[in-house]
Amino acid sequence: SAPPCGCFILQRWVPLIVLLCVSARAVDRSNFKTCEQSAFCKRQRELKPGRSPYRALLDTLELSDSRITLQLINDNNKVRLLLELYRLQGNMTRVKINELKPLKPRYEVPDVLISDPITETLSVVSQDENSLVLSLGGKDQRLIVSAQPFRLDIVEGPQVLVSLNSRGLLAFEHLRARKDTKSELEQATEQENVEQRTDEDGQIKEEEDKPGMWEETFKSHTDSKPNGPSSISLDFSLPGVEHVYGIPEHADTLKLKNTDGSDPYRLYNLDVFQYELHNPMALYGAVPVLISHSTDRTMGIFWLNAAETWVDISSNTAGKVRVISSEAPQTDVRWISESGIIDVFIMLGPKPADVFTQYASLTGTQSFPPLTALAYHQCRWNYNDQEDVKSVDQGFDEHDIPYDFIWLDIEHADGKRYFTWDPSKFPQPKEMLQGLMDKRRKLVAIVDPHIRVDNGYKIHNEILSKNFYVKNKDGGDYEGWCWPGNSGYPDFTNPEMRAWWASKFAYEQYEGSMENQYVWNDMNEPSVFNGPEVTMHKDALHGGWEHRDVHNLYGLYVQKATADGLVERSGGVERPFVLTRAFFAGSQRYGAVWTGDNAAEWGHLKISIPMCLSLGLAGISFCGADVGGFFKHPSAELLVRWYQAGAYQPFFRAHAHIDTPRREPWLFGPENTALIREAIRQRYALLPYWYQLFYNAHRTGYPVVRPLWVEYPNDVATFSIEDEYLIGKDLLVHPVTDEGATAVTAYLPGKGEVWYDVHTFQKHDGEQSLYIPVTMSSIPVFQRGGSIICRKDRVRRSSSCMENDPYTLYAALNSQGSAEGELYIDDFHTFNFEKAKQFVHRHLSFSANTLSSRNLAPDSQFSTASWIEKIVIIGGSQPSSATLKNADDTESALEFEFDSTLAVLTLRKPGVNAAADWTVILR
Amino acid sequence: MTCLHLLLTLVFAVSLGTPVEIQRPRGVPLTKKPFYEENKPFTCLDGSRTIPFDRVNDDYCDCKDGSDEPGTAACPNGSFHCTNAGYRPMFIPSSRINDGICDCCDTTDEYNSGAKCENTCKELGLKERDVLQKMAEITKEGFLLKQQLIEEAKKGREEKQGKVTDMQENKKQLEEKVEALRTVKETAEQPEKEAKERHLKAWEEQKAAIRLEKDKAKMAEAFLELDDNADGFVSVSELQSHAELDPDADGTLTETEVQGLMGGAAQVDTSTFESVWTNIKDKYHSEVSREESQPEEPAPVETPPEEVKEPVVDNDSEPFPEDDISEEEDEDEDDEDDYHEDDDKVRVYITQKTGASINFSDLSFDFGPDAEFTYLYSQCYELTTSEYIYRLCPFNRVSQKPKYGGSETNLGTWGSWSGPENNKYLVMKYEHGTGCWQGPNRSTTVKLTCGKETVVTSTSEPSRCEYLMEFTTPAVCQEPANMDLLPHGHEEL
Repeated sequence: SAPPCGCFILQRWVPLIVLLCVSARAVDRSNFKTCEQSAFCKRQRELKPGRSPYRALLDTLELSDSRITLQLINDNNKVRLLLELYRLQGNMTRVKINELKPLKPRYEVPDVLISDPITETLSVVSQDENSLVLSLGGKDQRLIVSAQPFRLDIVEGPQVLVSLNSRGLLAFEHLRARKDTKSELEQATEQENVEQRTDEDGQIKEEEDKPGMWEETFKSHTDSKPNGPSSISLDFSLPGVEHVYGIPEHADTLKLKNTDGSDPYRLYNLDVFQYELHNPMALYGAVPVLISHSTDRTMGIFWLNAAETWVDISSNTAGKVRVISSEAPQTDVRWISESGIIDVFIMLGPKPADVFTQYASLTGTQSFPPLTALAYHQCRWNYNDQEDVKSVDQGFDEHDIPYDFIWLDIEHADGKRYFTWDPSKFPQPKEMLQGLMDKRRKLVAIVDPHIRVDNGYKIHNEILSKNFYVKNKDGGDYEGWCWPGNSGYPDFTNPEMRAWWASKFAYEQYEGSMENQYVWNDMNEPSVFNGPEVTMHKDALHGGWEHRDVHNLYGLYVQKATADGLVERSGGVERPFVLTRAFFAGSQRYGAVWTGDNAAEWGHLKISIPMCLSLGLAGISFCGADVGGFFKHPSAELLVRWYQAGAYQPFFRAHAHIDTPRREPWLFGPENTALIREAIRQRYALLPYWYQLFYNAHRTGYPVVRPLWVEYPNDVATFSIEDEYLIGKDLLVHPVTDEGATAVTAYLPGKGEVWYDVHTFQKHDGEQSLYIPVTMSSIPVFQRGGSIICRKDRVRRSSSCMENDPYTLYAALNSQGSAEGELYIDDFHTFNFEKAKQFVHRHLSFSANTLSSRNLAPDSQFSTASWIEKIVIIGGSQPSSATLKNADDTESALEFEFDSTLAVLTLRKPGVNAAADWTVILR
Repeated sequence: MTCLHLLLTLVFAVSLGTPVEIQRPRGVPLTKKPFYEENKPFTCLDGSRTIPFDRVNDDYCDCKDGSDEPGTAACPNGSFHCTNAGYRPMFIPSSRINDGICDCCDTTDEYNSGAKCENTCKELGLKERDVLQKMAEITKEGFLLKQQLIEEAKKGREEKQGKVTDMQENKKQLEEKVEALRTVKETAEQPEKEAKERHLKAWEEQKAAIRLEKDKAKMAEAFLELDDNADGFVSVSELQSHAELDPDADGTLTETEVQGLMGGAAQVDTSTFESVWTNIKDKYHSEVSREESQPEEPAPVETPPEEVKEPVVDNDSEPFPEDDISEEEDEDEDDEDDYHEDDDKVRVYITQKTGASINFSDLSFDFGPDAEFTYLYSQCYELTTSEYIYRLCPFNRVSQKPKYGGSETNLGTWGSWSGPENNKYLVMKYEHGTGCWQGPNRSTTVKLTCGKETVVTSTSEPSRCEYLMEFTTPAVCQEPANMDLLPHGHEEL
């Protein structure tokens, strides 16, 4: 919600701040570093591919059940590294490289892996003086260690899957003592030694200090770098690969671009004011996961490092017209991080689903949100007061538009003191929350991690007394400017601090809060208005570690601590819902993310699709963009189109900047109100499907929304598509994202498959580009032939009101006349589905004119009031009779209607309970 | 029947409450009861199909118009009727049946959801009657006050019109003086061409504005004069008495000729009079102008035409001089130090002049169909909130001043009436206030409601820099409806 440059808020009482602010329309790029301006990136990028100075010392090989280790030596400076290789369960290889004897420990990212990955035996197949061949098990997969120059290759039979350091870009800046801190005598002695060494062996050279190794200044900020240079880099070559994806968050295309000649993709959580589209600049979150895909194989590289990271992509086919060439396609990827160690997981697939499973086994799966969180959210910076909240709530009922959540941004708190309420605007928060609860609706109030430095503020005083604030380089409490003015930043890397933070969400601690109130963590990059690149100084201290080491992890910890708090306040019963702006690998376990402060522009609407698809590939399914665009005022057309697109994205929230005119759905005339109402209603009807997909995402790690290639991995035509996507595998959505559009062209994949327009039931063949004329009411959505989707067509004013409503089954038949699907039901808000196995999971299948519902989880138990009110069979033929057979073998005839022009059969009111076994036989 | 039995069993099996006896059937209003005849096939109200009666309210939507399920949530477009005995009956969307939320005060919408609803109709009815009664009292008193306001406005206007001519004369003199001074000034200012041109331009604009205002004032005068019976309309017969308007100058002004002048209308009101005025203004002889020759003491310009008791003394409000004029002069001041004095004089005259123009312009304001809003003119009303003091000066401007020091912000100057089509006098719009950072210029919408007092009752900023003010005044009170129309706990049986 919050740009780093909320001048006008601050200017009311801090006129000086205005001077720091930029009133530029788009991002002020000069506020953010290019690779050239980031000393380590510049140093690393100057290193060009070539023969690696690293050599593996095969005689240092140590082999145990779980890993092998051996030393590497840099022949230029004789610094030794320790290489660890692991074969992990589920077809993964882990490669760790650290200094053998670092001057002080280097940071290894904690709390991201859900547990120590389970290892499998790595056995030596063969060894000679220059190489070591290890078996990775099944399908003759081998890991080959070449000694000089050092490189690693993972092969399957004759095929190389991935090579590490094949371009010689392994570079490990070892920790060293600062020269000018040594006494002059020492320095002189060392100087002699170096000279002597050089004399003895011409090849060894003492590395010279390069600019920015010991201090770096960007704009007015100086990074003191007491530990000197510490960056790391490694290259990966992917033969046969032309398409790589992932490494969110960037406002860029789904398929990653070649970065030769431009900046690398940057991963450094930043609060970017009015971000630009189509460039590799860093944004609010970072997930260092890259997915490669070709018709042969899908793989992933997970670079577990939380420091500032840059990723170079270089493809030998990029920009070339494909002519028959002897050169096989290959994509080279190079990772550069400022500190920490090399700890990389190579996920070997081979199918997209395997990669998702592999990554989920490392960092966990999407948290299973309460159903209500998947419904529609109404947000604005700010709903001014209780009256405003009440009247917006009433507005939805007056216009018969469903919504579940109303949100309060920073103005709700008393002087931006989070966990409090503005006494004049929100004097009776419980009364307001009760009013919403009476309508079975909820509220989200923002809680940001910057804490107003104010000795009249309880939260601040407690953090101060517990010494929980992040420290500056000199050991004092770190302070920076944010919304409240001068602010402290709690050290969320400290588990004690997190436990304390979580305890603050207890109802008796957070005054005025109630169980229908949830939380939003914004500004958790962290955003520091007067800090370097609008974030925290890298030499700030988190206990013994520098901010440099933990930066990208900070936001994850904030969301984790908050989510823990919500679970705790309910005694461990309720599933939490927390939205975060900053994130890292593993953030999927704690809630939802959104794409930050976008703008009311068509380009931003368009980019929301690849941005969320990229996040989904990197494990974070619960993603959305501010509907309508945060900055600026959308035209009615843009707003309607955004609602139509947003209704089919996982996190569906409208949001607006405080300076924009009001834009509740009914403020754009009755026609637009009707269009928006219809889009939101479509969302609510489809909630059972979304819920089931989130349940599956939670169990398996499969993304909820997917690029087409995930389900059609052999269809090259799908590899670059980013204007349409699949929800699960059964719905294909091609939102209208162009102004004045009169048609869209959607690609329907799958040779021999059929797709049905969900609104008209019109049938289309797969593997074709379909021209679809559109009007303002069109949302092109297609159901895959062969699928059964459950909907709740009785849309009510909130999802909670629909919990016990009956289901309608939409069975879309494939060309073989069959279809299948799932139905998942539980209490929609507690952990009982997990803890007490209280849920219903059904498999629905239609074949040979028989539709049946089978229990997928016989050991689970849950009774639901929901029943099956209607079955719609699309693409079938007219039967002469339809018989419902119950679990107790009783039979009854079902009435039906058949639309022969569209071949749609509607079975009237089977009436069976949704949890029951039943069969419908058509004759 | 097996099917139905099964359904009933199922529906009741999952129900949380006890089924309520269905009458009429459930959710059908009395007026529609004849369409739902028990044990006879039911035809959807849109006529689209006919179904057995046991499919009415069987929790499955058979009719496209939703008419077969008035008492269940099965149809997406259905509606449910609650009788609400003791209060007023209403329809709710079917989707609100058994959704766990009490919508009907008689609880009938939640017969199967487990929601614990209490019948609040009696309470609501009493409360509503109470509110309506109070409102009726306010309306009654407010309407009486309004009549007084109309009377006062009428008197005030008549007085003012008497002075109009004097003003005009006075203004003419002033203009001459200004002209003379300006000539002196311009001669002195020869090198300062640019500045001069700016002044000239402003001057021309002023003149044009004055001309327009004069014409408008004349038109208003003429209208009032012509409107002999003061019914707010100028009719054919009223116009016919002005023989000088005879278009063909044959000495007789026929009815047809008058109709021609009036564009075919039998009568015109103030707003449509404008077109008539264009036709007649060249020939029209005002009764007042006929008496113009009689010399009269010129009214002192500095004195406002009417001194009203002001709840707030509006010291800093300059009625009309536009900010940009004074700003320009400020700029000029910087480069024209030598002619400071002259400038000051000119400014004084310009101020006087514009001060004079107000006397005409207030006639050109739309003070409502019966000029009932006239009394608001040149007054200001304040409301103090926790942070700010808001001030509404009707027909002039809205402003906001921090309570604890700080400069005033203009939240908009008078724009127009912008209420709904049936009564535009319910909303005032003030526009073009101080600009917002990265946002629009501030503006304020003032909603007027009937009240005995003239008070600003609330202010808010629903959207950044778009303010909303609620304002009560007797001037919007409507003639009270017959008290008999108040509900007497009328209920459907």
